[in-house]
Amino acid sequence: MKRTLTFRSRKEHVSFRLEKRSLFVIGMLALASVLALIIGTGFGSDYIAPLDVLRTVMGWGDGDFDFVVLTLRLPRVLLAMLVGIALGMSGAILQGIIRNPLASPDVIGITGGAAVAAVGFVTLLGGALSIKLLPLFAVAGALITALIIYMLSWKSGVTPIRLVLIGIGVSAITGAGTTFMLIISPFYTAGQAYIWLTGSVYGATWTDVNTIWPVLLIILPAAILLARSLNAQEFGDDLATGLGVTVQKHRFLLLACSVLLAGIAVSVAGTIGFAGLMAPHIARRLVGRMFGSLLLVSGLIGGLLVFAADLIGRTLFVPLDVPAGVFTAGVGAPFFLYLLFRNRNQF
Amino acid sequence: MNARYYGRKSEPMFPLFRQGKSRLAGLLVLLLLLILAAIASMIYGRTSITFAVAIQAFTHYDHQSVAHVVLHTERLPRTIIAAVVGAALAVAGAMMQALTRNPLASPSVFGINAGAIFCIVIGVVVLSVDSLTTLMWFGFAGAAISAVIVYLLGSIGRDGLTPIKIVLAGTAMTALFSSFTQAVLVLDGTGLQDVLFWMTGSVSGRSLEMLYPVLPYMAIAVIIALSMGRAINLLLTGDDIARGMGQNVLVVKLLMGLVTVLLAGGAVSVAGSVGLVGLVVPHLMRALVGNDYRWLVPYSLLGGGILLLLADVTARLVIMPSELPLGVVTALIGGPFFIYIARKGVTRL
Repeated sequence: MKRTLTFRSRKEHVSFRLEKRSLFVIGMLALASVLALIIGTGFGSDYIAPLDVLRTVMGWGDGDFDFVVLTLRLPRVLLAMLVGIALGMSGAILQGIIRNPLASPDVIGITGGAAVAAVGFVTLLGGALSIKLLPLFAVAGALITALIIYMLSWKSGVTPIRLVLIGIGVSAITGAGTTFMLIISPFYTAGQAYIWLTGSVYGATWTDVNTIWPVLLIILPAAILLARSLNAQEFGDDLATGLGVTVQKHRFLLLACSVLLAGIAVSVAGTIGFAGLMAPHIARRLVGRMFGSLLLVSGLIGGLLVFAADLIGRTLFVPLDVPAGVFTAGVGAPFFLYLLFRNRNQF
Repeated sequence: MNARYYGRKSEPMFPLFRQGKSRLAGLLVLLLLLILAAIASMIYGRTSITFAVAIQAFTHYDHQSVAHVVLHTERLPRTIIAAVVGAALAVAGAMMQALTRNPLASPSVFGINAGAIFCIVIGVVVLSVDSLTTLMWFGFAGAAISAVIVYLLGSIGRDGLTPIKIVLAGTAMTALFSSFTQAVLVLDGTGLQDVLFWMTGSVSGRSLEMLYPVLPYMAIAVIIALSMGRAINLLLTGDDIARGMGQNVLVVKLLMGLVTVLLAGGAVSVAGSVGLVGLVVPHLMRALVGNDYRWLVPYSLLGGGILLLLADVTARLVIMPSELPLGVVTALIGGPFFIYIARKGVTRL
């Protein structure tokens, strides 16, 4: 039996291969996500059976749980998952481009840029402009920061190590900028700001959910199409050029995708650290290095990670609500150290 | 790629002060600058005070005068604390840069600040410690734990202690300790506001009583650092050569580690996490006296005080009547500096 399925259009303009194993993994993860969504929505200050959740969501229920499920929990659980998907995909793309296992939007400093732009928007323009523009500013902040980091790292070429180091430096500055904005802001209390900075989907609304899914919907197919060139890029720039990939252009577009995903995630949930670092590594274990499926799997795993972090944060410490970012960083930072240990002879 | 990145020998430096006499003169100039910065720190702020009034406050203290009271209860403590904390962080940075042979080394970059903060927050929030002396020991412990872990993680592997590995380990430890701190603070919730301002680094609203328990340990650490100049110079020529010259390399390194932990841990327990002072000052001072640690340590001592005093005055003046955490100002100065060094190429010191 063949390990892959091959699709070709009649005139062979379009063709692609799917690994059966990847299909299976993606299917299982998607199923797990849907189940997590239904069961996870049931957990909270009072438990609601999965069947009741399903009935309420479908509109077949008797309305008992409408408020709790539809207004409070479902948007939050959905948002956690979508944010995780965005971060997981963003990390997978970044690790592919930079060819460095330690790359992720937060380590490189991109999420810091999104955060400072988002907080700056609220502080400086909060009264003047509609809050609906916040994601726009966060994404713009992420893009500009990424551009600055890339330019500063450029010195007859960009080496991954310099990129990471410059990212750490830029993070220090954006972090200071964020604190500065929060302190002069009339809109935040220190506690609120602190929770936002840690990364939390607390108080999620449908507006947040509706902000992030269209972006995912647009970027997902684009990224998967571009991912084909990432497979070639894995062999190195020269070989990829030989295979007919316009390396620099594709790399730039992919970077833009990654930054957009990270920026939109920050704009709705703050800086949830290390999810974008862990997801691609777990995904690589499951489906190998082929980028099309890796991207999807990494996204799904990121979604489950943030979902789990949020679920633990809101159920285990009732009545307190611990930000999801605490758990992703608590698990992610040791994971980062482990990666550093494994790659100790590379750096 | 890595080889190219690390391998380049650092360019020969031509420090400003090369001879013993001019170096001594430079030290005196720095001392003068430190005094000027201290005076600026006494005078400028929300209530501007003239120099004459400031003098009067010490010669003829009048408890009815607002200016005099402000000087005694607010300006004087914070000036002294800023100078001491700045000096401590700068010397700690100089020690770490020699110990790890890494130009990016500093207490904040290597996660030492985050470790000290985490332990102090545990002490305050979980164990309800309110004695400043006990909290100081928590700070020392946190600094030591973090320093040991980062150093070990940085030195594993075939190439031993490489600059990039230790920086990455430091970044990860910072993230880890910050997330633990966040968890503790969010779970507790009370007093978040106070702890937050302290955490981002600030010298305002602190009384001298907070400095007293730490001061003796800092003084011992500084004396050790000052007396180790020759030994550090020898160590910088390489472990093997130093050993060949009869140096007990392990003892020297352990002493340097001890100095770092005492100074950084002490500074954090007084002023919170004031980042990147320890990175910037030793490099600036190297431009003045070169990499000779007999001179670099005293220069950094004074330079750190000057930098932090000026940063604190800036923090007060930028958004009057409110003020910035000191950590924000130093990060805005130190961040670009970090980038500059990273761009130049991280060569072993």
